[in-house]
This record gives sequence, C-alpha cells and structure tokens, in this order.
Amino acid sequence: MLRHVPLLTLVVMLGPVVAGLWGTVLPAFGHLPGAGLTGPSLVAMRDLLDWPGLRQAVGLSVVPGLQATVLSLAIVVLVTAGWSGTRAFGVLQRLLAPILSVPHAAAAFGLAFLIAPSGWISRLFSPWLTGWGRPPDLLVLQDPAGLAMTLGLVAKEVPFLLLMTLAALGQVRQEQRLKTARTLGYDRVTGWLKTVFPAVYRQIRLPVYVVLAYSMSVVDVAMILGPTRPPSLSVQIVKWMGDPDLSLRLTAAAGAMLQLGLVVFALLLWRAGEALVARLGSRWIETGQRHFLDRQMRRAGIGLGTLAAGVVMLAMAGLLVWSFAGFWSFPAVLPDSFGLRSWTRHGPGTITALGETFLVAGLATVIALALVLGCLEAEQRTGRTITTRGLWLLYLPLLVPQTAFLPGLQILLLQAGADVGRLPVVFAHLVFVLPYVFLSLGDPWRAWDQRNAVVAATLGASPGRIFWRVRMPMLLRPILTAFAVGMAVSVGQYLPTLLIGGGRVATLTTEAVALASGGDRRAIGVYGIMQTLAALLPFALAIIVPTLVWRNRRGLHV
Amino acid sequence: MSDGLVLENVRITDGGATLIEVDCTVAPGEVLTIMGPSGVGKSTLLSFVTGTLDRVFRATGRVLLDGEDITGRPPHLRQVGILYQDDILFPHMSVGQNLAFGMAPGGNRADRRARIAQALSEIGLKGFEGRDPATLSGGQAARVQLLRVLLSEPKALLLDEAFSRLDTSRRAQIRELVFDMARARDLPVLMVTHDEDDARAAGGPVILLGE
Repeated sequence: MLRHVPLLTLVVMLGPVVAGLWGTVLPAFGHLPGAGLTGPSLVAMRDLLDWPGLRQAVGLSVVPGLQATVLSLAIVVLVTAGWSGTRAFGVLQRLLAPILSVPHAAAAFGLAFLIAPSGWISRLFSPWLTGWGRPPDLLVLQDPAGLAMTLGLVAKEVPFLLLMTLAALGQVRQEQRLKTARTLGYDRVTGWLKTVFPAVYRQIRLPVYVVLAYSMSVVDVAMILGPTRPPSLSVQIVKWMGDPDLSLRLTAAAGAMLQLGLVVFALLLWRAGEALVARLGSRWIETGQRHFLDRQMRRAGIGLGTLAAGVVMLAMAGLLVWSFAGFWSFPAVLPDSFGLRSWTRHGPGTITALGETFLVAGLATVIALALVLGCLEAEQRTGRTITTRGLWLLYLPLLVPQTAFLPGLQILLLQAGADVGRLPVVFAHLVFVLPYVFLSLGDPWRAWDQRNAVVAATLGASPGRIFWRVRMPMLLRPILTAFAVGMAVSVGQYLPTLLIGGGRVATLTTEAVALASGGDRRAIGVYGIMQTLAALLPFALAIIVPTLVWRNRRGLHV
Repeated sequence: MSDGLVLENVRITDGGATLIEVDCTVAPGEVLTIMGPSGVGKSTLLSFVTGTLDRVFRATGRVLLDGEDITGRPPHLRQVGILYQDDILFPHMSVGQNLAFGMAPGGNRADRRARIAQALSEIGLKGFEGRDPATLSGGQAARVQLLRVLLSEPKALLLDEAFSRLDTSRRAQIRELVFDMARARDLPVLMVTHDEDDARAAGGPVILLGE
C-alpha cells in the first residue's frame, strides 16, 4: 500500500493538469461537441486573433509578469545581501509568515484602498500638501499599464521569495562565504552578490519561475487592480468561460493555449536572461572589484523591504478600518464614525462562506497531508530520496498557468457528465495544495535525527509504531505548519473554485472577488478581513497547539 | 551452535572500495572493542548489525545471534540494542514512558509500572518516572538510556562511542555500570570507540582498524 503512495500522489497532482491541457487543446481547434461544434478547425484561433483587445491583453500578461518577477527578486536580493544576520532582518523575518498567509485577493483589495485617489495615501497628504478637497480624477487603480497590478503582485511575491531564499541560505553556508569575501576586503553587498548569490539562485530558481508563471496569469489580483478594457489575457479567458454563449468557450480555449505559450516563452526569455547575468557576473567577479555602491544598495534594500512589508500591513489595516467605518468623508484620515453596521449586514454571509472555505480547504489539506506523509514515509523505508527531476514534477502544477488548464478541466468535467461542485473543487485545490505541503514538510521531515528511528527499532518497535509513536509526535510542529500552509493556499484559491465549482461553491475568496466590481468598500473590508483570518487561524493553531501539548517537554520547545 | 554475537566475513563496501572488513565472535558476557579513528566505518558496521545500513553501502557476510542468522531480519525483530553518544531519549515522552516504550510487551499496567519504578531505583533514579528527559543531566540521561535498552531484553548490546560525550568523572562510572549490567545478563557487547580508556576498561579483545 505505502509503496504506491508516491505514484498515487503524482496522479492526483498532475492528472488534472494533464487532463485540463488535453481538454483545452480540442476546443482550441474548434471541437466542442457539447455546444454542437465539431472540428478540427481554426475558427477559435481566428476569433481570438480577431479580438481587438488581444495585443494589449497579451502585453498585460507579459509586461506586469516580468516586471513583478524582476522587482520581487531584486528586492529580496538587495535586502538579503545587505542585511541578513542583522536585527532589522530578523524583524522582517518574523513578519514573513503572517504576511505570506494573507490571501492575494485581500492584499490586492487593501492595496487598492491605499493607493486609490480617495485612498489612505491621498488622504494623508490632502489637503495640506496636494490642495485636494475631493478625490482627484486620476487613474491610479486599474491603470492601463498595469502598474497597480504589478505593485500588488510584488507585495505578495517578495515574502514568498524571501522565505525560499532563507531556506536556501542555510544550505549554502552563507556565513562562511561572506566571511571569506569580507576578509578579502569586499564590501558586504558586493561580497554577497559575488559569493553567495550564485549558489542561492540555483536553489531558488524554481520558485522564481513559479513567481513568473503566476504573475503572468494571475486572475484575482488582475481583476481587482488591473485594467478592464481590455483586461489581461487570463482575466479575458475567465470572462469568455463565463459567457452564456457557448461558442466563446472555444475562444477561451484558444486563449488558454496562447497563455500557456506566453508563459513558456517568458520562461525561455528568463533563462536567456539568467545566462546573460551569469556571464556579466563572471566578468564582474574577475575584475576583483570590491566596492560598488555598498551604502546605496543597503539603503535601497532595507527601504524597499520595509516598504513591501509595510504596504501589506497597511493594506490589512485599511480593510479593518473600512469594515468598521461609518460615514467617512474625504480627506479625513480616519472615518467620522465607527460602527458594527457592515459586520451585522455582511457577517452572517461571511460565516456561511467561511464554512464552505474551511470545508474545501480542510478536505484538500487533509488529503494532501496524508499523501505527503505517505510519500515521505515510503521514501524513508525504501531509502530513495526525491531527485531533481522529482522536484521539477512537484513544481509543475505551479508552473503551468491556472488559466491554461482549468478551463479545459471544466469543459472535460461537463462533457463527462460529471457535476461541477464541491468535491471536484477539493481535487482542483489539491493540485496546488499538494506541492506546497510537500515543500513545507519535506525539509524538517528529512532533518529529523534518524537515530531516533534506529533506537526505536532496536527496542523492538515496528516501522508503523515508529511512525505513529515517535516520528509524528516529534514532528508535530512542522506537520501542523504544513497543514496551515495547505489551508492558506486553499483559502486563497480563486480560479479553481470559480471554474470547477461552476459558480456554485461560494468561498470567502470567490465572494470577495465578486464584490470587486461593486466597489462597496465596507463589504470588501469585511470579506477581506474574514478571508485573511481564515488563512491566519491555522497558523496560529500551528504555533499554539504544540506549545500546549508539549508544555512539559522542554526538548520540543523552539 | 555457538552462543553470542558472530560477525562472519562481514565486508562493507562504498562504491567498490572496501570500507571495513570484520570477522569476529563476541561471547556472552564479553566486550569486544573495535578501535579506530573516525571515518573508518565503525558506526557503519554497527548499522549493518542493527539492520539500518544506508543504501549507498553494499555489505556481504552474515550476522549470527545465539546461532541464528539475523542478517535478513528487519531491525525491530533482531533483538540487538544500541546506545549512542548523544542523548536519544524520545523528547515527547516522560522518562517512565521512554522506559515503557522500550520494555518488552507483556504484563498489566500496574505490573509494568512497578517494574519500571524498581528498575529506576536500582540505578539511583528513584521517582524519576514523570520527569521530562530534557531536564536530566548527562549522566542521568545515559543511565535512563541504558535502562531502556536493557528493559527491551536484547540478546546483544552495541555501543557507538557511547561514553564520549560524558565528562571524565561520570565517564568511568557509567562505563562500569554498563559493563556490569551487560555482564550480569550475559550479553555479548560490541563497542566501537576511538578512546583507549574505553578499550582498557572493557577488558576484552580489541580489534584495531585504520592503521
């Protein structure tokens, strides 16, 4: 049984991706019997190419995607190069987990409240500096260049890449490398870039690709912060999928193929960029240059890092204030009055959605955790550890854009007569929950002192007894953390819930994003806060539960 | 049929190169010492005896315990106990639970508890059942580990640098306790160490490696 778990996991994780891509190819070539359309034909392709917004939509996928990835990586590199090991860096590190668990949609809403013409920043400087007595008529949100969208992505991708970088730092022995460079007379940042960065980048390469693929095809953030006429390609695909005119599904499928092509193209472009940077970097190393704008880069690093963290925290504060706001005139910095009206009006709705959210997230995460534990235990018993190729498979569902395979998956499910609804949604979430649970639990699981198992075995404990009685309890903390990671990933999912749920599975995220067009800030505030709490609560439990359970066991305190 | 622990023509290779080669017999109540600097594969040899050899190694030869070939048996069915230099008490169990985990099955709850209390007081740790292992001193932890392995009723005992983390004053004392208790139970003891004092104190045959 245990022997087959790794294979089962692969099927559960990659099956929907492969099936979804297959389900996209056929309609993209004009074949959709359900709608009375038979192919193969180039109708769908032609419709897509004839769509007047295509050029801009493609640009809105590629440009903000690349911008967000370059910016996020640059911020992470600068702040780590200039500050790792310092007290300021420690503070950022501690803020990491809560910021990381804030769902993308909630962060995007909060950011919108911050930078909108009537948002907090504008209020803070009005009227004494700007002279504005009313919100200015500026297109800050949903700007045609997608800058607001880029900003929203950067705020959420910086913590993700920073977390991955922190994990990599331990493996490459940064201290030793940096100390060597320093004793040779190198400035901190220059020494870090020349001795630590190449090794770290090799470790975080896959997560960087994930950021690129995600940023190019994100839907919820783009719906909240991105332009609308036309929107980015992925948003348009979702619109076509939701259209009552079934023939537009063909256009959506063609668009999905294009989206996949764009991501593949951008990844190749990124690889070329890697090669270029590597060459320039080698040349720079050979110059022996020891000083390069050290002070400026350190300042930029801490400034941008603080900004990235501060923006998310202010965004959350914005959601909270709006959810309790009564009348709030411009340019007052705080509402004229506070009250519970928004909560009494929307609270009951959020509780229903919260139940659905936790049900889906709980099921997906429990399945994911069981499979991951099975894989890791099988790995332990056979002594075969995951290879580089295995790691690529793990990242695959995160590299294929959601908009490229979820439409096809929906079409397949409908064709097969399978009902859309909660259970398919759970399995769609599982595709994204599994890799993150695996990545979260893998390292602590393997870092566990193997001699505990040997001692237990020599005392007569069977492998099963060792697993349940020794390893699981000792790893309770990382297991619960992995569970919380899985929950947070599931809570934040928008597209799989929308498409595979057929609009009938209403989670906090789908409900919140649906409010975007209405612009009711108080309702958005309530839903955004509830969404964030839903993601944060499991993390809080992951900290509290082990502390309570092991309160009399000092060896298990952190 | 010979009693004791027999390593018959055991040879462990690492990618073709021979790491360690041993052919020896440890009689009941005897301590056989394998001495050598770190890196000559002493611990690897012990992991072959416990059945937990890493996949990167290849091993040939047999392990016999009281005349039975245990080479192919899974670790938990070998009845070979091991003590490490580090404290490997399970941190999530109390001292008493650690001992109960190791104690061979059988007997009712009250009976098992009584045996644990009795055993603890015999090694000078009366009333320690409820203690958190993390609060024990190095010497106390070493004694609890010894007790745990003996309560599991092994047929042989392996010592993997078991005393090297203890300070000099404790060291001799714990060493004597281990040897005495093993001898009292007529256990064959296989000890690997890089410390000559350990070998002298064992008083048994010594195999030198890595010269």
